[in-house]
Amino acid sequence: MKVFRLILPLLLSTMLYGQEIRLSIPYERFTLPNGLTVILHEDHTTPTVSVNVWYHVGSGNEKPGRTGFAHLFEHIMFEGSGNVPEGKFDEWLEAAGGNNNGSTNSDRTNYWENIPSNALELALFLESDRLGYLLDAMTPGKVDGQRDVVKNERRQSYENRPYGMASIVISENLYPKDHPYHWPTIGSMEDLSAASYEDVVEFFKTYYVPRNMSMVVAGAINKEETKQLVAKWFSEIPSGNRAQPVLPPHAALSQEKKVVLEDRVQLPRVYMAWHSPAHFAPGDAELDIVASILAGGKNSRLYKRLVYELQIAQDVSAFQFSSKLSSTFWIVATARAGKSLPELQRVIDEEIGKFQKEGPTARELQRAVNQYESSFLGQLERVGGFGGKADLLNSYYFATGNPDYFNEDLMRYKSVDPQDVQSAGQTFLTNARVVLSIVPQGKKELAIP
Amino acid sequence: MNKVSGFARRSVFIGLSLLLVVFSLSAQKPDRTKPPELGPPPSMKLPPIPRFTLSNGMNVVLMEKHDVPLVQINVLVRSGSAMDPVGKKGLASLTSDMMDEGAGTRDALQLADAIDFLGARISSSAGMHTSVVGLFTPTSKLGEALPLLADVVMRPTFPPSELDRLRKERLTTLLQWHDEPRAIASVKFNSAIFGSKHPYGLPSMGDEKSIRGFTVEDLRRFHGDRFHAGNASMIVVGAVQRGEIQTKLEALFGTWERRTAPSVSWPSVSQVAARTVTIVDKPGAAQSEIRIGRIGVERLTDDYFSIVVMNTVLGGSFTSRLNQNLRETHGYTYGAGSSFDMRPLPGPFLASSAVQTDVTDKALTEFMKELNGILEPITDEELVRVRNYVALSYPSGFQSVGQIASQLNELVTYGLPENYFNTYIEKVLAVTKEDVQRVARKYLDPSKVAVVIVGDLKKIEKGVRDLKLGSMKTESIQDVLGKPPRL
Repeated sequence: MKVFRLILPLLLSTMLYGQEIRLSIPYERFTLPNGLTVILHEDHTTPTVSVNVWYHVGSGNEKPGRTGFAHLFEHIMFEGSGNVPEGKFDEWLEAAGGNNNGSTNSDRTNYWENIPSNALELALFLESDRLGYLLDAMTPGKVDGQRDVVKNERRQSYENRPYGMASIVISENLYPKDHPYHWPTIGSMEDLSAASYEDVVEFFKTYYVPRNMSMVVAGAINKEETKQLVAKWFSEIPSGNRAQPVLPPHAALSQEKKVVLEDRVQLPRVYMAWHSPAHFAPGDAELDIVASILAGGKNSRLYKRLVYELQIAQDVSAFQFSSKLSSTFWIVATARAGKSLPELQRVIDEEIGKFQKEGPTARELQRAVNQYESSFLGQLERVGGFGGKADLLNSYYFATGNPDYFNEDLMRYKSVDPQDVQSAGQTFLTNARVVLSIVPQGKKELAIP
Repeated sequence: MNKVSGFARRSVFIGLSLLLVVFSLSAQKPDRTKPPELGPPPSMKLPPIPRFTLSNGMNVVLMEKHDVPLVQINVLVRSGSAMDPVGKKGLASLTSDMMDEGAGTRDALQLADAIDFLGARISSSAGMHTSVVGLFTPTSKLGEALPLLADVVMRPTFPPSELDRLRKERLTTLLQWHDEPRAIASVKFNSAIFGSKHPYGLPSMGDEKSIRGFTVEDLRRFHGDRFHAGNASMIVVGAVQRGEIQTKLEALFGTWERRTAPSVSWPSVSQVAARTVTIVDKPGAAQSEIRIGRIGVERLTDDYFSIVVMNTVLGGSFTSRLNQNLRETHGYTYGAGSSFDMRPLPGPFLASSAVQTDVTDKALTEFMKELNGILEPITDEELVRVRNYVALSYPSGFQSVGQIASQLNELVTYGLPENYFNTYIEKVLAVTKEDVQRVARKYLDPSKVAVVIVGDLKKIEKGVRDLKLGSMKTESIQDVLGKPPRL
């Protein structure tokens, strides 16, 4: 038996900052003749297994007039298949002590089942059945049912949430109309209404095929047995083709773009968003660190000025939102009652300017890196679910071709060059940005002019 | 059928070593006519949970776990919002929040820098009956992080300037609640069930008046009364050795003074006596937030396992009746569910969902149908499915040091028996259909529930009124939350 393995220097307790630790998620990969890539990882800490499937399709692959379809399709995947009557996917898994879920973003759609180790074959049966035989049980009624659910997801997560429309408006303004990141993964109500049974058939045949996906089985498994079971359930499914890569048009802003949105809110909030490097491209990790230096913790520059000292903001956050084709960098701050968005903007711009001029201090940089390092350790604790080890293996495989890119990823932070962090700030946090003011209804005068 | 005589041979990079994986096998043809037969479920074997006491009598509960070099340490204190003094609602919550705003010799910024620099996290928060100060740290930084935890727990300085800052932050949060349908629904629901005399009926953050009134002296007194060795326990989970951690804890916490905490008593509350409906108007809302419930049961009830199974059938999992009905069958919502919040005293039973505005009345009808339906015998299939779901997914709650520490918090808070975790599965599997029906009838009376809806009054009022669920009133957001604080 081989369990999760940490390769560590001799004495953890005497570990010094900057010293090498190599973290790894050992795996074995094989490919079925039909092109299905399978990645296995053993961890017997608890008697549970996670099956984690990534289809290499997301809302970025959608056609005009069908925004939100990849995500609607994700919902339909739970509604039964040729040999699994409607409702049984969840019932059978729960009856075995399992949980399951799925999610969609612009680039990929993932699904997982967390099950006790004796129920591995059930999960493989269910995953293979919906991959091989989804259309045998598809009806227009199922599409209608999930259409209503998804519209309520949109209401709950966007329309009925204070400031909830911000991300939709920002993407629309950052990316040109024909760019796959222009529209939101949740889609528009009109397009959700237009999605048809025929769309389901076409989307399934194009994207839900062995050559366009990868599967991780991780946890308390016996690898040889697991290989046999995977071969048994998945071999008969025709291979299909890899999806055509998405070739986005160039996306850049030439100058600042100001947008105002009224919402049912008490306090105005400003969002600033920039184009930034794609996930794992040079500058991506550096901007994660910039975000941490600007708004991670009480001593971060923006938090300290806006929230702690001046107390003109209720909150401030900054993050690099990494995606496959290109990313965005965000700063968000909510004004205190009676404080103005231009006041907030002035301080934010001052601090960005200062950072660009002076770069990070040694302590700031090390503080950010140390926090990343312990969050990497935290990721090794769970096998299943979103962000567990099974999901990570798929995520690294999808982005880099190497499922165990864990240590390389960590080293992007640990060995980061302070100059690169500074120049990422200089190169990307320019005046070419979207500045969105969300203001109380009827109070457009509170927006950044 | 497809026969696989050999896989593509490829080299696979594993950790640091290159391994050539070569194997061949022939695939059996799968039988898809029924789900595969499953072998017996695995058993859960937890490591022992040794306990020891420091020289001041404070109990420490330890679970060693060495797969990842991380540690979670919780200082669990019998203090919480239910102990807020009369007229000082919100004091427990504010005290916990203030404990990391300066402690020992460090001010708020120095303390945050010291913790963040280690890559550690210290969190301090108050629940209803317990407060937890938690440390999450890489084992390699434990020696440096532990003294910071000790400072936060034992030596907070409560600087007046930080109190003023947090006061403004909290008043602003109160203001922002006016935007949040969920916050409004929660405040209204709790006061509808428990009234305004019992701590369970009041927002644990307090109100504008109490927040404005807090002084440094209030914080010092509350901390002094509640945070001491006689009223606290420690929970340690992760990659540590018993001997070493015991020595470290003794050095840092062994001198913590042991006192007696002041006793607290709570006013009695009476169960919801009739069905009432309150609509809180949120003009323009795209959905209606629905809350339906009554007073439930205390955590140490003998009916615990039967209630867990019953509630899971009703609204505790994806395939539960409420979610299947409101989401899958009708498409009214993204999700619906129910819960019993079990505390030292009976907490709320709650069924809830956010439904699209134009089906608010229809959704209420389905809620009532399910609340009545659960009073009848459940099916054999449901019993087996739900018992298995609750019992067999139990081990997955013991993966991270944080998860395990939370499980131990519960064990310590309620003085659950040593073998509690190891007998959990068998106790769930022993619940019968009769048990489920008995506890449903004992704790759920759909004719005596408070129904709270936060939504667009002019669009939903007529439909809801026509259901004639019970006496109905309408309120404004200000009726529920008070006037927005002036800042």
